[in-house]
Amino acid sequence: MSDLTRINASDLAAQLADGSVTSVEATQAQLDRIAAVDGDLNAFLHVDAAGALKTAADVDARRAAGETLPTLAGVPIAVKDLINTTGQPTTAGSKILEGWVPPYDATVVARLRAAGLPILGKTNLDEFAMGSSNEHSAYGPARNPWDTGRIPGGSSGGSAAAVASFEASLALGTDTGGSIRQPGAMTGIVGVKPTYGGVSRYGVIAMASSLDQVGPMARSVLDAALLHEVIAGHDPRDSTSIDAPVPSVVEAARRGDVAGLRIGIVREFGGEGFQPGVQRRFDEAVAKLAGAGAEIVDVSCPSFEHGIAAYYLVMPSEVSSNLARFDAMRYGLRVSPDGNPSPSAEQVMAATRDAGFGDEVKRRIILGTYALSSGYYDAYYGSAQKVRTLIAQDFSAAFGQVDVLFSPTAPTTAWRLGEKSDDPLAMYLEDVCTIPANLAGVPGISVPIGLADDSGLPVGGQFLAPAQADDRLYNAGAALERLVPAPVLEEVVR
Amino acid sequence: MTTAAKTPLVPFDEALTRYEPVMGLEVHVELGTNTKMFCGCATEFGAEPNTQVCPVCLGLPGALPVVNAKAVESAIRIGLALNCEIAEWCRFARKNYFYPDQPKNFQTSQYDEPIAFDGYTDVEVDGEVYRIEIERAHMEEDTGKSLHVGGATGRIHGADHSLLDYNRAGIPLIEIVTRTIEVPGGKAPLVARAYVNQLRDLMVALGVSDARMDQGSLRADVNLSLKPVGSSTLGTRSETKNVNSFRSVERAVRYEVGRHAGILDAGQNVVQETRHFHESDGTTSPGREKSDAEDYRYFPEPDLAPVAPSRAWVDELRGTLPEPPSERRKRLQAEWDFSDLDMRDTIGAGALELVATTVAAGAAPQAARKWWLGELARRSNDTGVDLADLPITPEQVAGIQALIDAGRINDKLARDVFDGVLAGEGSPEEVVAVRGLEVVSDDGALGDAVDRAIEANPDVADKIRDGKLQAAGALIGAVMKEMRGQADAGRVRELILEKLS
Repeated sequence: MSDLTRINASDLAAQLADGSVTSVEATQAQLDRIAAVDGDLNAFLHVDAAGALKTAADVDARRAAGETLPTLAGVPIAVKDLINTTGQPTTAGSKILEGWVPPYDATVVARLRAAGLPILGKTNLDEFAMGSSNEHSAYGPARNPWDTGRIPGGSSGGSAAAVASFEASLALGTDTGGSIRQPGAMTGIVGVKPTYGGVSRYGVIAMASSLDQVGPMARSVLDAALLHEVIAGHDPRDSTSIDAPVPSVVEAARRGDVAGLRIGIVREFGGEGFQPGVQRRFDEAVAKLAGAGAEIVDVSCPSFEHGIAAYYLVMPSEVSSNLARFDAMRYGLRVSPDGNPSPSAEQVMAATRDAGFGDEVKRRIILGTYALSSGYYDAYYGSAQKVRTLIAQDFSAAFGQVDVLFSPTAPTTAWRLGEKSDDPLAMYLEDVCTIPANLAGVPGISVPIGLADDSGLPVGGQFLAPAQADDRLYNAGAALERLVPAPVLEEVVR
Repeated sequence: MTTAAKTPLVPFDEALTRYEPVMGLEVHVELGTNTKMFCGCATEFGAEPNTQVCPVCLGLPGALPVVNAKAVESAIRIGLALNCEIAEWCRFARKNYFYPDQPKNFQTSQYDEPIAFDGYTDVEVDGEVYRIEIERAHMEEDTGKSLHVGGATGRIHGADHSLLDYNRAGIPLIEIVTRTIEVPGGKAPLVARAYVNQLRDLMVALGVSDARMDQGSLRADVNLSLKPVGSSTLGTRSETKNVNSFRSVERAVRYEVGRHAGILDAGQNVVQETRHFHESDGTTSPGREKSDAEDYRYFPEPDLAPVAPSRAWVDELRGTLPEPPSERRKRLQAEWDFSDLDMRDTIGAGALELVATTVAAGAAPQAARKWWLGELARRSNDTGVDLADLPITPEQVAGIQALIDAGRINDKLARDVFDGVLAGEGSPEEVVAVRGLEVVSDDGALGDAVDRAIEANPDVADKIRDGKLQAAGALIGAVMKEMRGQADAGRVRELILEKLS
């Protein structure tokens, strides 16, 4: 294995800057790594070797010419296949967009290009980001490098597997109910969901507009912060984007000091349904944080227990509307109904959507269509919005007492492929700790806190902070990373 | 579909002996902003199909809307001009339904939180003022256009295939909805027409839209139901869509009254449905049946921040409003020195703003009125095109009058100049030049013609010499005939009298 694939992005950036390594070498090393292991992982849906090497060569040439380049220039990255890229297909993990090449770049991709990051390819995901295991991808599941018989988490499972297996040191994910943090936890890497509105959603295929957020995935807190800085900041093309300076996340990640920090432990996140091995690692992490000078405070957020119920009304409602545009009229798959030589547009729409969407997507469209129906709206969508308000109030009250909240990222470690496929509800419960942040728009980070002693698989700890205080996550995360070193994967476990 | 057997149309006046019409008007105004409602695409009318589109208005995956601030400003000004309350905080909503001309399969509109609500406007018909109450004015985006190819009717039924043009998709619209309008039955068609006409004038005065019904930048939907005279129970309504001239608004109301009466007389039920209006014969035919089961699953648009216009801004915009229509009517009547009848006819013909603009361009008020209510009204009737949509501008009408005032053409030649301008031959000056219509003002040529006329009519000349000046008419006629009408009759008379004095 080439050393270049195992070093962190910040270290690679330093080597690129001092000229000891070229971006072409680093990019080629990642492409070789992908070629070697992705057959077992299925983390990538598309690899763009030529495009990545071209960017790398360009960065090398500019550096050789003495140009001052952005910090991460030349560091290769993987991008979740929900995010639009010109020159590469963007499928959302769905048959309905198979082969679709967007005519425009997402704002975050434009920012990666402007910062000189070679884009290695597009990573696997649950179809339209709907799932917690990556098993709902129309192109087969991505697999967990710690045990390829297990799921890598989801929906950003491809990005997580790629970073954890050294196919890339950086990746972009999206997080609607935990889709960055939970796969981060399952694969032993760092994943951040920024404050809602902190990163532009323009060009990111919408799942649930009021919840979706793009964020960084990396093997260190500092690497995540460096990537966060590249993609964050106001975008006039996204009306929900915050027009304020980006919090000083890199500085916070370099600081990593919890002395005097008030850390709230959410009483509702623990106990029944939580795997004992996860709980033990978590308790140890809390003890270490206390040992480093943090003040540990017990807090209660009683509305959090309604988070999943509210989420599974708001999210599918928005899904049912956001996914209406996939109708075969302008782009994507077009299927004519069998035995009908001159079908109407409506018949083509129906046949295409029937053939192009997978079961989980259909399930959520149906749920959402029902929840928004006349006569049910108030009871479902309306009530769910009220729960969101209550959850936001719980956060406000908690952040009146403490600086950050801390919990396990997910109740369990990675499960076996197929283990929960017949039980959607069990799968939905995996997101219990992550969903409240999306409903309230606050930021969250998952940091590895070791391997569970009962399963031998990675466990993640999650910090949550008030909106626009993303820097607190990086400070606490960096401190935790120092106190509890991340587990190191020797080689993909087949 | 449960279409009842066709029942006879009841004559309008007869229908009113048994039923009272209840109307509601929904008018869509396409704003004249340079860019679309939620993206930066151009809004020019008549561009090549699908050349004014981008990821946002095509609804491509990942695209997001951004509100056009100019459109919000226009919406607020329209609301204020209609005496509406302006919301302190309102949101957009998604109206979900599948249709190929709608790129996202939802329309970004407003639902229970319109930008403007609870207003009114006063219209005048035959000297009477009728208050039309405005329920709401809200912002939304237009859809694309479907072109159905093949088949006889241009409608989707029987077409071989359809083409889609998304240039119009995302153009800002303001939908203005009235409360129910109940006026003495005989006046209903005229009140409806006057209301739409007044909205158009208001939009033009506000400068927010060119409000051209013939181009679809102002579209009226006419809702109509009948109730038995003396009853308070509302009947089932029909919704006649996209009626595209003032005259058609009047005709649609008239036709629907007769059609509904026929159905009710036969003891049948009116079907709640949308209907198409046919310009050719003034009838309507069924569109799609609109059942109450249609569920648009409205919910607040999560991709857009709420619109919260500050009171200071609203007050500032209030200061930019044009004069209210009723005050304007009073002022113009005084300035123009029009009789009540002159004014009533001018308003009734939908010519108020046309006359005003013509006067502003330099014509005398009576002259402006004469052309618009005479020559041009006749052409409007002949062609079925609204006065305002005739291919002649008030400035051109004023230009023709200026030529008359200068003695360069006379009234008879002016009619030829109107022909030329309406036929697209250019400005009045150009038409005069190309058609050679200018009166002969060369005294030499005129003098020669006068001499010849005197020579040819010695008896008449003698009478004039004897002081019978009224006999000059015959000589003037002779000269005009020789000059083929292209002479200033006044100048001819002067020359004759000079020569025979």
